Amino acid sequence: MSSETEIHPFRLDMPGEAIADLRRRIAATRWPTRELVADRSQGVQLATIQELARYWATEYDWRACEGKLNALPQFTTQIDGVDIHFIHVRSAHADALPLIITHGWPGSVIELLEVVGPLTDPTAHGGSAEDAFDLVLPSLPGYGFSSDPAEDGWDPGRIARAWAELMRRLGYARYVAQGGDQGAAVTDAMGRQAPAGLLGIHLNFLREALGNVSGLPADSREERAALAAISRFSTSGSAYFQEQATRPQTIGYALLDSPVALAAWMLDHDTDSYYKISRVLTGGQPAGNLTQDHVLDNITLYWLTGTGASAARLYWEGGQAAAAANGQPRQEMKLPASVTAFPGEIFLAPRSWAEKVYPNLIYFHEADRGGHFAAWEEPQLFTEEVRAGFRPLR
Amino acid sequence: MSADTAGMKADPAVRPFHLDMVEEAVADLRRRIAAWRPPEREPVDDQSQGVQLATVRDLANYWATEYDWRRCEAKLNALPQFMTEIDGIDVHFIHVRSPHADALPLIVSHGWPGSVIEQLKIIEPLTNPAEHGGSASDAFDVVIPSLPGYGFSGKPAATGWDPDRIARAWAVLMQRLGYTRYVTQGGDWGTAISAAMARQEPEGLLGIHVNFAQMVPPDVLGHIRNGDPAPADLSDAEKRAYGQVAFATYHRGYGVIQGTRPQTIGYSLADTPVGLAAWLLDHDETTYKHLAQLFAGHPYGAITRDDWLDNSSLYWLTNTATSAARLYWQQAVTGKNFYAAANVSLPAAVTVFPEEYVTAPRSWTERAYHKLIYFNEAERGGHFAAWEQPQLLSEELRAAFRALR
Repeated sequence: MSSETEIHPFRLDMPGEAIADLRRRIAATRWPTRELVADRSQGVQLATIQELARYWATEYDWRACEGKLNALPQFTTQIDGVDIHFIHVRSAHADALPLIITHGWPGSVIELLEVVGPLTDPTAHGGSAEDAFDLVLPSLPGYGFSSDPAEDGWDPGRIARAWAELMRRLGYARYVAQGGDQGAAVTDAMGRQAPAGLLGIHLNFLREALGNVSGLPADSREERAALAAISRFSTSGSAYFQEQATRPQTIGYALLDSPVALAAWMLDHDTDSYYKISRVLTGGQPAGNLTQDHVLDNITLYWLTGTGASAARLYWEGGQAAAAANGQPRQEMKLPASVTAFPGEIFLAPRSWAEKVYPNLIYFHEADRGGHFAAWEEPQLFTEEVRAGFRPLR
Repeated sequence: MSADTAGMKADPAVRPFHLDMVEEAVADLRRRIAAWRPPEREPVDDQSQGVQLATVRDLANYWATEYDWRRCEAKLNALPQFMTEIDGIDVHFIHVRSPHADALPLIVSHGWPGSVIEQLKIIEPLTNPAEHGGSASDAFDVVIPSLPGYGFSGKPAATGWDPDRIARAWAVLMQRLGYTRYVTQGGDWGTAISAAMARQEPEGLLGIHVNFAQMVPPDVLGHIRNGDPAPADLSDAEKRAYGQVAFATYHRGYGVIQGTRPQTIGYSLADTPVGLAAWLLDHDETTYKHLAQLFAGHPYGAITRDDWLDNSSLYWLTNTATSAARLYWQQAVTGKNFYAAANVSLPAAVTVFPEEYVTAPRSWTERAYHKLIYFNEAERGGHFAAWEQPQLLSEELRAAFRALR
């Protein structure tokens, strides 16, 4: 084994000065005037972000998050020139199925922490030993503790190849992959690449439909509703997407220099999660597992690692890859695929769309509750979906 | 009243305005620039991911160490500035009367990411043409307002301040100044405001000049919306404009953000001067390339580093980047396309600057401005025509409005 393929243990210890500087900057925030509307139609509302800032500067404790991460086995290994950080938790059960889960934007491995227990230790969380997974949770290149690629070209396809190498390096000869958001793009790419050992995928976001609705059925009530939701997203909800896909560096200057700018940018993802988080912040109303501390753990991770610009760049990479592939047919998806549609998602994927995108669809289910950040918001429900989605592949 | 050289009675609603920023705000700006936390360098060798780190470093260094806001303040304070409340909003404006008796009153509207700073270099050539290559018969009285939400004008506290409403306010302003015959000019947002004024035809408005023509026919806009290739029957000039508008429609992150999420980006623009400066640099590709060169030490027409930072500092010190961005939202909720044919029937004049991000073909321009009295393609210059090529734009305005005097 050459030194380049070595796996190093990783422990997190942010310097106190970085945390103090963060608090100072939040306290010194200069605010714009209040929005002129009574909803989110002009963006993140002043009352929401001011409450977030107050809690962040005075009550929030980063060290608690650090302790939670350091309680898990973390590693780094260099793949294709980039240092990849990952959490790796083996199940106590012998026949556990290895599973690699990819987070998205504006997320990180923080989104996935609450599913570690239920997935690796099912008997303690309402499942049986046959449901056990060995879990690998990598940070995307340019995100969290993975390094920032110094060259362009790190699109979902390249990340997918790196993940296959990671699983090979960990000695897994049979494994499955899961993802939502950008993680769905990476997981979809893995499925199409079908590396040796990959048995199938599960997605909680039908990412493929967002980019190209032209070939999808549009007849039933569900199909028309999904189309309308995508159209709404395109016209009034996807500005962050366009900015990150075309000008990640420009927005990056603000995301690295102002904690509140970063927090606002990250809160403004989708309508459902925005209002849930906003209610948690301003009214103390819980939204599943999306608590003040969990939301701020994730934002603080982006701040302390200074990854606002490098994370945004993944959208640019996706855009470049899509432009380069223009006109060429996608690599066919032959592996088994499972899809769970969560009701608060940007659009509720109809089964017909999942069948169209993944001809070998082995599982489809509409969850009772939960939205875009399914693992984060509803870890137990998400876990049950992942168990059900992969049961036929064991 | 002492400044009232033309002898008209001043409206009591018009108050003189003098600018004096508190020193603490200026010092805080410098401190924040010095404390900026830069991202890593972009992994590409061009501007394809946005404003490049080297350019922002050049700008930030100069801004924090050599730039002097007080010089800009003195420049503004050397001009007659006023404030007047119209439709519930305090409107700040510069008002310079020509020494020549028959001067034609002209109201000039700036755009985004600009301010009245853009227009300072055309004041002399327009009001005092005899000293600047023109004759007394070319003289203008010049009114240069700050748009609502911009610079020293008030920030609207309610929605509704779209270009149409601003246009109505400008007509009130000109009336309040006692002008019964006048013309209007603008590029960028200023072109939309000028066209709105022309459609409203307020009493006294004789005609308009724009340095950005809104001229795309409705059917062509439909093709752009659908992502179609340019229709085969377009002329070469129309095809060029088609490509430019299509590019602008799909590669304008800042426009989409400001059109749908001005508040979200506002937290950036209010809290980090470097974040704000980068945002303001990233308007269109050609302008950006010039600005990158400028901060690397190369000239950009008449625009200096100090000029550019005067404008950025104005946005910062007045904390107006969010209220300025809201104009895009306001336009978006009207459902009107900025590039759509202006549909103007008053006399209109158009100058096309070759480096503008959309160069209007004459054919479409004639259909959009039904009474086109002047059309010219300037030899040089781009989006910030008044700022970059003040002499050239002044000559264009003289030529364009000669027929309306």
